[in-house]
Amino acid sequence: MSDSIVNEEIDRRPESKWSMVGKDPYSMPLEKIDLAHPGIWQENEFLPFLKRLREEAPVHYCAESATGPYWSVTKYKDIMEVDTSPHIYSSEPTIGIVDAYEQFTIPSFISMDPPKHDEQRRVVQGVVAPTNLKALEGLIRQRAQTILDGLPIGEEFDWVERVSIELTTQMLATLFDFPFEDRHKLTYWSDVATAIPGGGIIDNNEQRWAAMEDCLATFTRLWNERINAEPGNDLISMLAHGEATKNMPPMEYLGNILLLIVGGNDTTRNSITGGVLALNQFPEEYDKLRSDHSLIPNMVSEIIRWQTPLAYMRRTAKVDTVLNGQQIKKGEKVIMWYASGNQDDEVIENPERMIVDRPNARQHLSFGFGLHRCMGNRLAEMQLRIVWEEIMQRFERIEVVGEPERIYSSFVKGYAKMNVVLHPKKAA
Amino acid sequence: MVKVVFTDHAGSEQSVEVATGVSIMEAAVSNGISGIDADCGGSCSCATCHVYVDKAWLGKLDAMNPDEDAMLGLSTDRQDNSRLSCQIRLRDELDGIAVTTPEFQF
Ligand code: HEM
Ligand code: FES
Repeated sequence: MSDSIVNEEIDRRPESKWSMVGKDPYSMPLEKIDLAHPGIWQENEFLPFLKRLREEAPVHYCAESATGPYWSVTKYKDIMEVDTSPHIYSSEPTIGIVDAYEQFTIPSFISMDPPKHDEQRRVVQGVVAPTNLKALEGLIRQRAQTILDGLPIGEEFDWVERVSIELTTQMLATLFDFPFEDRHKLTYWSDVATAIPGGGIIDNNEQRWAAMEDCLATFTRLWNERINAEPGNDLISMLAHGEATKNMPPMEYLGNILLLIVGGNDTTRNSITGGVLALNQFPEEYDKLRSDHSLIPNMVSEIIRWQTPLAYMRRTAKVDTVLNGQQIKKGEKVIMWYASGNQDDEVIENPERMIVDRPNARQHLSFGFGLHRCMGNRLAEMQLRIVWEEIMQRFERIEVVGEPERIYSSFVKGYAKMNVVLHPKKAA
Repeated sequence: MVKVVFTDHAGSEQSVEVATGVSIMEAAVSNGISGIDADCGGSCSCATCHVYVDKAWLGKLDAMNPDEDAMLGLSTDRQDNSRLSCQIRLRDELDGIAVTTPEFQF
């Protein structure tokens, strides 16, 4: 996920002089380490850089980078401190490392501080509360079953495209009770909202606005349909009939819808792919899972930790402050590297391993902590639990073939492509 | 030792005895009481250790600090007797305290 304001700048291309790809993390000068450059994330070379910072400079200043100066926070406990001190570390103006183009920003509470954040979140969070999710579980399961039953057996195909993207898109459509045949628009709008102009999806910000207007028009039409019908279980109906939400101004409605679409899109998609990859890297964990499906809920939390679908969230210092001995000045950018905190062996034993029955698996940083803690965390867990329950009913093994292709981003940690071959369960 | 009585949303009851100084959240987790997730390990920053405190005991508790109040604000089923159990330290006066866990932590 990101919101419209997380822009990975074009001049951060792989061949850029800032890239650390192929460099030895321990021989380069400490101050040159620039975690925000996407190269090492795409090439899966980030772990030793994170480790070095945790060991030698847990609160690290990068003075020069394509995205300007910023602090990197890499230890679990320091991240926790930043995340739980919104009066010192602000979510405004944005939670991405690049400052927003103000005129192209659709406001949403992820980049607001209290009290406005709390007011706005309170209005919508009920729609993804577990009580409501219960009502959607059956339909989400049915759709997952249909996708999995349609997959080819014994033949190589791209898991990302056929399963992770399709499942996530269908789940979003289910949540919104969105016209099923138009469901790919949801993924498109999510991609457009976060795209970099010139990066392949859109050429300029005018195109972004055209797509966002189409999105608003579509959701306004759905709102009008739902408000004239009996209250239903879908998110739009809940917003349209809810006491606190029914008079929401259009831009706020759009901001909330986009936050839900964007928030639930790449994150869940990459967790679905990441789980398959992890079980291939740790076959003994796959064996444990095969012999005990009741480990699925715990494994889901562990997959979310191991994958860490969002590598970081940014804060901006509101005042001069000190963090683990370092002086941070008002206005400076502070990046909480969840992807590093989740690998901190002072808190998490054998962090590089995905362990399906890991004790305290829920105590990971992937959802953040504090007032901005992921609003969709129960939804994400439910989706992943259902998918894994259905996968384990059907397949003996999902075999990853070759190396997956990773995304060029230091924010969204995920996969563009991952080929697999399915091996069916032997008939009992 | 102090006794804590946990009732789950369906009404089944379990009591545990723990040392003073321990939080109600820790009392639950260390004794395998389900219904409390405590994702942040007691840092008042996840709200997944939400409980309803029996009204008879509410008055004996220390007042909520603003952080607890703000985190509880993220809960969709907050009631007047809602508290985050990691923020309640057990003292001798709380011996026998009764709390109910919600159906879902969110
Ligand atoms: C495994 C999947 C997911 C991960 C790893 C994830 C991660 C995160 C993180 C790290 C934040 C914290 C933002 C901050 O501290 O600034 C966040 C916030 C948020 N997430 Fe998720 N997310 C996931 C799934 C979802 C889903 C499915 C939804 C859809 C409902 C969603 C909606 C949101 C919203 C609305 C916020 C803003 C909360 C606020 O600012 O108060 N997320 N997410
Ligand atoms: S354990 Fe997280 S708020 Fe109590």
